[in-house]
Amino acid sequence: MNGAKIILESLKKEKVNILFGIGGGSVIPLFDEIHKDKDIKFILTRHEQAAAHMADGFSRATGKVGVCVATSGPGATNLVTGLATAYMDSIPMVALTGQVATHLVGNDAFQEADTTGITRPVTKHNYLVTDVKDLAATIKEAFYLARTGRPGPVLIDLPVDIQRDSCKFSYPEKANIKGYKPKTGGHIKQIKEAAKLINSSKRPVVYAGGGVIISKASNELRAFASKGKLPVTTTLMGTGSFPADSELSLSMLGMHGTYYANNAVQNSDLIIAVGARFDDRVTGRVKDFAKGAKVIHIDIDPTSISKIIKADVPIVGDARAVLKKLVKHIEFKERKDWHKQIAKWKSKQPLIYKKDNKLRPQYVIEQLYKATKGNAVITTEVGQHQMWAEQFYKYNEPNTFLTSGGLGTMGYGFPAAIGAKFGKPKKTVINIAGDGSFQMNIQELATCVVNDINVINVVLNNNYLGMVRQWQELFYDKRYSQVCLGKSHKERVPDFARVAEAYGAKGISVCKKKDVMPAIKEALKYKSGPVVMDFIIEEEENVYPMVPAGAAIDEVLIDMA
Amino acid sequence: MKHTISVQVENKFGVLARISGLFSARGYNIDSLAVGETEDPDISRITIVVHGDESVLEQVTKQLNKLPDVIKVKDFLKSNIVKRDLILIKVFADKKVRAEIVEIAAIFRAKIVDVAKESITIEVTGNEDKVVAFIDLVKPYKIKEIVRTGIIAIERGEK
Ligand SMILES: Cc1ncc(C[n+]2csc(CCOP(=O)(O)OP(=O)(O)O)c2C)c(N)n1
Ligand SMILES: [Mg+2]
Repeated sequence: MNGAKIILESLKKEKVNILFGIGGGSVIPLFDEIHKDKDIKFILTRHEQAAAHMADGFSRATGKVGVCVATSGPGATNLVTGLATAYMDSIPMVALTGQVATHLVGNDAFQEADTTGITRPVTKHNYLVTDVKDLAATIKEAFYLARTGRPGPVLIDLPVDIQRDSCKFSYPEKANIKGYKPKTGGHIKQIKEAAKLINSSKRPVVYAGGGVIISKASNELRAFASKGKLPVTTTLMGTGSFPADSELSLSMLGMHGTYYANNAVQNSDLIIAVGARFDDRVTGRVKDFAKGAKVIHIDIDPTSISKIIKADVPIVGDARAVLKKLVKHIEFKERKDWHKQIAKWKSKQPLIYKKDNKLRPQYVIEQLYKATKGNAVITTEVGQHQMWAEQFYKYNEPNTFLTSGGLGTMGYGFPAAIGAKFGKPKKTVINIAGDGSFQMNIQELATCVVNDINVINVVLNNNYLGMVRQWQELFYDKRYSQVCLGKSHKERVPDFARVAEAYGAKGISVCKKKDVMPAIKEALKYKSGPVVMDFIIEEEENVYPMVPAGAAIDEVLIDMA
Repeated sequence: MKHTISVQVENKFGVLARISGLFSARGYNIDSLAVGETEDPDISRITIVVHGDESVLEQVTKQLNKLPDVIKVKDFLKSNIVKRDLILIKVFADKKVRAEIVEIAAIFRAKIVDVAKESITIEVTGNEDKVVAFIDLVKPYKIKEIVRTGIIAIERGEK
């Protein structure tokens, strides 16, 4: 069997049935096999970065390993942002790249790039295959690494001659990597120690991150929180891991977190971190973070524990496996005073925005929530709209809010939505976008139109790189440097609805508050391809609350308007 | 605090780049690094000397352990070990001072490995203190060049 066919047969063994990518000279043998194949669907994208984000979105929506493909050189370098995005958020993915023939590697051949060298810091692991006999085993290892332990993207670089060479195909049963044996169970002594701390805590807070979603531990987290009557705050990545409509939910903490989540954390006597990593957007000034609290830290990645905040009880293990054991050892406690205090914070500073006749982004998202009854899969780009999407849509299920948290990649949301739609074809998939970010992968409208992909883009068009503008407004005396996107404040560029129509997509422009709901309904009814909704929102709306970078998380700015 | 870390790795393409990349990406400083095959040709050993406080070292070892190509990491801080550094040092030495230098070398049980008209090359092996002491003693004669292997280390006894 030739290498190209071995690749496809191996992918099938891993239950892959869809690939996203673009071909080129060094993957022609692979694409020839794809042409003959009937089981694997190939989605031809318009940019490799988008292909990587599609694989990522597919993975986040389903928990399966997404796969993307690119040619050597520029194809591979175009994948880099997508790999880095997945790497920062621990998303299981496999990237296949073509490479120049083995005898040319290192010669500065046409379209040669040192792909494994370039992607080493942004992948969990990568491989250059130099013998067709290693191919099947390498693919097995790559998938195993991608989906186990702390997941992440793995890249396999495939010289073109390896795709042509032949050998007998046999797919290994197991991957055996000497230096890789992730611990999953959690140490029982530590778990009991943690339970003791929880049972004696008066003001505990659970701080849940993306790890809860990755390990499919949402049910266990609910059981754990309700048994101990533990309030739960989630990170941006943990959004959906705990139901937003639960009484115990504090919503998000950190820079744009709620007043009550941040106050609860700061005044707690015990933080129970589950699958989270104390990112600087969460902790603010580290030395003033939850000063009076002991810390229990549950994470599958030992390097995440005690990296930023020293853990009193570290537990290395899979969030789901550990929570399952931990819940048995904790006791029900009322903690009345603590919950009373939290309720006070909640009523003192709920999430609010100005309710007037202007078209405000928060309103658009609230209406979107109403119209979809909270049942959509939401993806986002990066900026203010991303934070509003977190704050004003309520997520009650995991895998329904897909966003680039770690890297903060503009251009992520639209392709991720496309990937998610392939993973969850029955779901309504909506990308909440900014006018800046959407233009970073807008070309994928073509991919959607050609493949009849029904994804809705909600562009919150403020004529600005809004998040940057907000910082300039608040911390640089309104010196708006290189953030206005339009020709003027009257003429926004481009007219997104017309761009959409040019691609053959449905375009809708909305300027008035009263038109929001009818437009959303119209978009939701449309099933024959992509939709772009251009909401001409207030230009200088800000995201609040906000903790300035470097401040403690209870030093909040609240909307002064 | 200086730590000597011994890392067993798969003898595979790109391993050294992964390890040095890890140190540079995370801002850890390497004092020295020595690589070589072990008794098993599929496994190499990298001996790294790095300094930092306890939390830095904890991160360094955890991060190394996280690499799939890394089989075992051992921080020798609390172990009873034999450490060796080998240096080749070329010193300016005309006829007048040559005898003095040879004498110093003899005290250190160093070897003269090359002699030229104006210089002499000496091989010194030992733990770091010895090597540093030797360098200090020959410094006044003007050192032309030093080449060091970096520290390698092994545990004493049956371990
Ligand atoms: C690829 C990339 N480049 C630059 C940035 C820096 N950045 C963060 S938010 C932002 C503005 C985003 O503008 P827009 O998409 O219009 O969203 P808004 O904040 O206006 O809602 C920029 C430039 C980034 N996150 N990603
Ligand atoms: Mg904008």
